[in-house]
Amino acid sequence: MLEIKNLHVSLEEEDKQILKGVNLTVEAGKVHAIMGPNGSGKSTLSYVLSGRDGYEVTDGTATLEGEDILEMEPEERAAAGIFLAFQYPVEIPGVGNMTFLRTAVNAQRKARGEEEMSASEFLKVVREKAKELKIDADMLKRPVNVGFSGGEKKRNEILQMAMLEPKMCILDETDSGLDVDAMKLVADGVNALRDEGRGFLVITHYQRLLDHIKPDVVHIMADGRIVKTGGPELALEVEHNGYADILAEVA
Amino acid sequence: MALPQIKQDAMEARIAALVMPQGGWAQAAREDALGRVRAMGLPGARDEYWKYTRPDTLVQPDAPNAALLETDETPVFGEVDRLKIVFVDGVFSAADSDDLAMEHVTIDRLADASDIHWAKDVYGVLEARGQTPVQRPLATLNTAFATDGVLIHVTGKAPKPISLIYRHESEASDAILHHVVKIDSGAELTLLENGPAAARFNKCMEVEIADGGTFHHVRAQGRDHERRAATAIFARLGEESVFKSFTLTANGVLTRNECVIELTGDNAVAHVAGACVGDGDFHHDDTVFITHDALNCESRQVFKKVLRNGATGVFQGKILVKEGAQKTDGYQISQSLLLDEDSQFLAKPELEIYADDVACSHGSTSGAIDEEGLFYLRSRGIEEGPATDLLTIAFLAEAVMEIEDESLQDEINGRVEAWLSRRRG
Ligand SMILES: Nc1ncnc2c1ncn2[C@@H]1O[C@H](COP(=O)(O)OP(=O)(O)OP(=O)(O)O)[C@@H](O)[C@H]1O
Ligand SMILES: [Mg+2]
Repeated sequence: MLEIKNLHVSLEEEDKQILKGVNLTVEAGKVHAIMGPNGSGKSTLSYVLSGRDGYEVTDGTATLEGEDILEMEPEERAAAGIFLAFQYPVEIPGVGNMTFLRTAVNAQRKARGEEEMSASEFLKVVREKAKELKIDADMLKRPVNVGFSGGEKKRNEILQMAMLEPKMCILDETDSGLDVDAMKLVADGVNALRDEGRGFLVITHYQRLLDHIKPDVVHIMADGRIVKTGGPELALEVEHNGYADILAEVA
Repeated sequence: MALPQIKQDAMEARIAALVMPQGGWAQAAREDALGRVRAMGLPGARDEYWKYTRPDTLVQPDAPNAALLETDETPVFGEVDRLKIVFVDGVFSAADSDDLAMEHVTIDRLADASDIHWAKDVYGVLEARGQTPVQRPLATLNTAFATDGVLIHVTGKAPKPISLIYRHESEASDAILHHVVKIDSGAELTLLENGPAAARFNKCMEVEIADGGTFHHVRAQGRDHERRAATAIFARLGEESVFKSFTLTANGVLTRNECVIELTGDNAVAHVAGACVGDGDFHHDDTVFITHDALNCESRQVFKKVLRNGATGVFQGKILVKEGAQKTDGYQISQSLLLDEDSQFLAKPELEIYADDVACSHGSTSGAIDEEGLFYLRSRGIEEGPATDLLTIAFLAEAVMEIEDESLQDEINGRVEAWLSRRRG
């Protein structure tokens, strides 16, 4: 599904290399987790994949189902199936959550040559999915993320993911800031989308989310590289011992 | 103090190009206005109050030509059930207008000069009051020379809005219209205005609202690119009365909208808002002066401007709180969204307060599109153009939301969306 090879990324503004040769393949139907110390480049990787400005790819490739995504505009990547649940979801005053969701769903459908969703069908689907995530009608009416609590913002990301049904879901610390119940809701939302044809890349600091969303593969990222890859037990090791041992071992 | 020669010459040249309508109840007010404008002269480039906007084309004897806009778009407010009054290049069109009759409302025309009329107590009176502390000579010139206008007296709740429609059909037209609106105690009216009116339009509207009266005003100024307009509203509010005015301006090479409001009765509310979208050769000036002269009144000024390709926006807004006007709640915000580096926004917000128990705030900002927000929208699959439009409409929302009627809000938003999408081709 998603294939990243030898990806090197620097900041456009300053001469600073952040990703120093990332290799990673997420197969369809699989959940990969990335853990790693603060500042190791996890969010940078997620931004580069979704097409945010300010980064320069100096080497390497990233493809989605064989298609080079690095040349695409952010909206083209979205239409191709990439979705990033932001570590810090953006507040957009003046744009209603509902309008935003509907515009996004229909923009993607249009880009893929599919028929737009009717207003009534959209309303039905959104209400259903919002209910599962315990997002009330008021939150749907309010401007995107404005005045939402940290946990509400994260649930709103998952609602967007559920509506857009992307092929490749990247979740950047969607668990941080969530209480225990909200974490369960988010995990259920993710698990509901697990499917043969869909890949997940879950960035997290904590084992707890991975209790709910059982990963197939766990990677450790440090200083811009994937330094270790293993099974779910790797996350447990990090939880118990921190990164020191792993980093010493690979140094 | 005598006027400088250059101002005097400019004014006499302008006056020589005009003919004062004769006779009827307004004659005395017209002559008085002529005397007043002769004493003050017309706006000049050196005038402090015209520091950001060049008045020359508004003052010169002949109107600069303005090409007519070719469009097959249906005019704004088309879906609204309303009483239509149509002026073509400043000339009343009976054929296109509805009957000037409606329950709880009397409508006369300024041009039908009888000897006695209720409007005599208002015509030129509020305009004259609005000349201190700042002079507004274009409005005084208007009082002297206006060729027509509507005189609306509202005695109860008007069953539907009155809609003034200003068509522009001649490239060289120079229109001067003067309206008077009088809202009786407890009465209520919504007034709609739309259209470019003329190549050059000087419009003055005086609004007298008695205790407990309500006046809503929603205006969409015409889109003809080369048209020019200088408009002025003078409103006086009685106790517990409400005045709410919103203006959308899209295009027009030059627009100066002045609004002068006096809150003279306790617990009165005045909101003035404007949204403008300008591209290229576009200069838009909102100049507002609100005087609080009673207890516990509320005023709001909310102005938003979207500017691109070298367009210019100006905001001069003042809140004056007179001695004794305690518990005043005054709010003023003026913001611009600059879609490129060639465009500019000039703002002069002012507060002058002579009472101690008041809450007044004002703010003015100028900024570009929020890149974070733009990326967020694009990452969800919304293309850059439509995503920028969404953010632009969101930026204007605070002003548009000042319109109380939601269907009129939608109507205005629809116009802005259409304007934006036309820019994208
Ligand atoms: N725009 C930027 N300007 C300057 N430095 C940046 C920028 N973006 C990223 N960095 C730096 O790149 C490094 C990687 O940042 P990134 O946000 O990808 O880390 P992370 O692994 O997601 O960390 P965390 O676990 O704290 O979220 C950090 O040192 C960060 O300061
Ligand atoms: Mg991060």
